Amino acid sequence: MPAKSPTPVAPRHHNTLVLCLAFISGFIIMAIELLGGRILAPYFGSSIYVWGSIITVFMLSLSLGYLAGGHLSLHQPRLSRYGTFYIAAAVLLLPLIFFGNEIMEALFLRMQDPRYGSLLVSMLLFFLPTAVMGMIAPYSVRLLVVEHERSGQIAGLLYFISTLGSAFGTLATSFYLVLWFEVNQILLTMAVALLLAGALALVVGRKAAITPALPS
Amino acid sequence: MKTPALTTKSRLAPALWLLLLCCSAGTVQAQGQLRTIHQERSLYRNILVTEDGSRRCMRFTVAELDGQNQSCRFLKDHDKLVFPYAKMVLTSLLVQDHPKRILIVGLGGGTLVHTYSTLFPQANIIIAEIDVAVVKVAHTYFDFTATNKISVAEEDGRLYVKRAGLRGEKFDLVILDAFNGDYIPEHLMTAEFFEEVKKLLGDSGMVVANTFSGSRLYSAESQTYAKVFGKFFNIRMNTSGNRIIVATPQALPDAATLKQRAAALGDRLAGFDVSLDEMLQYIHADTDWDTKERIITDQYSPVNQLNN
Repeated sequence: MPAKSPTPVAPRHHNTLVLCLAFISGFIIMAIELLGGRILAPYFGSSIYVWGSIITVFMLSLSLGYLAGGHLSLHQPRLSRYGTFYIAAAVLLLPLIFFGNEIMEALFLRMQDPRYGSLLVSMLLFFLPTAVMGMIAPYSVRLLVVEHERSGQIAGLLYFISTLGSAFGTLATSFYLVLWFEVNQILLTMAVALLLAGALALVVGRKAAITPALPS
Repeated sequence: MKTPALTTKSRLAPALWLLLLCCSAGTVQAQGQLRTIHQERSLYRNILVTEDGSRRCMRFTVAELDGQNQSCRFLKDHDKLVFPYAKMVLTSLLVQDHPKRILIVGLGGGTLVHTYSTLFPQANIIIAEIDVAVVKVAHTYFDFTATNKISVAEEDGRLYVKRAGLRGEKFDLVILDAFNGDYIPEHLMTAEFFEEVKKLLGDSGMVVANTFSGSRLYSAESQTYAKVFGKFFNIRMNTSGNRIIVATPQALPDAATLKQRAAALGDRLAGFDVSLDEMLQYIHADTDWDTKERIITDQYSPVNQLNN
């Protein structure tokens, strides 16, 4: 259990930052899920099993991410740690971008069954980055909540923002991004976006830690 | 495959209106009107079998009632081809005759299987069809039957092609007929896929693709075929929204050779209502597309977006 530290009162611009970053992570999660079908199709086809596998893995990794993020939020929640989630997600996206084809080819040769082949490959490619992005949601709630009476409202606002991000991510990717860019260009851009988001949270978080703005 | 809107639309639309009226009124339909004799929902789509006085059709959608038949055949004469696209596919015999091993991606009502197995009874024909229900309906309503010469792989075409390539299999003829008017499986129109198909063709095989003739996709798809195969034949008729691409790793025959072959094949295809002499005018190898359009790859495949 956390020590009896005084409840940190975050400056208002921290809240705006958290909400913006939650929007970005929501956007990216769905963009990657949507591209997942495209990524797997050359090796596992576009049968219903492939979408079944992808959606299963995303739901599973998000659910475990929520659990882990909620748990981590118990120990000295701070913006700088929040930033490391984004950086970790960016790094964990790299194998998908740079070794995705090799991984899928190796599995394609070994797995004849299109169901478990696509399930396993979805696990390998998407589980870690998505689970880390799942940690963001409960951690965001912790950073935003000051009084427990307002916790439901804050959680609602956070879900609103991040799910709105997911809606835009889905729309932008399926209608436009795939028309303009290659799959890996989109993924790489998202990794960079996560990296920048994480760096921003780190910098702002550190600054706040050095200069405690508000007397409690 | 989407069928010619020009011809079917005008013929079917009034009949379908009548059908809807009849259905809602619960009356018995008279002979000659379009009626649905079978309907089922598969994992991928709705499959309907319809019949009017002269022909039976398989279709995949109810919403767009006109011009959406996948496959049709005449009730009295099963050989005679209903749609121009099937005749255009047969025209590819001018480029190469006597296929011994044939792969067909996309079964539909089995029109092409019937045609090729009738023309080449000794040929081995393998069909890759993703939808088990389509195989079943083709069997029940279109007399499609697997034999010791004809077999079905119930899987995604891309996977079948990839694995066949790894096994070192070769085909004299690969027919790609997996597109319908609503949705194109993106992974079946990329340079990487065509490379995998090319691998199956060896030095002498031929790929025949039933695809679209309009929109930006025409240029993008043409660019992609040109990248993989170099020059290829296009077969286009102004009565059809389809085009047939005929590509081979070999050099393409010139116009004189095509003419000779049409003469040599003579009236062999008359039973299918195809006159190769007449079809000669629709086959050409010109670069009639925008060569600035991007090549379609596994990384960049907005084929459905380009087809609008």
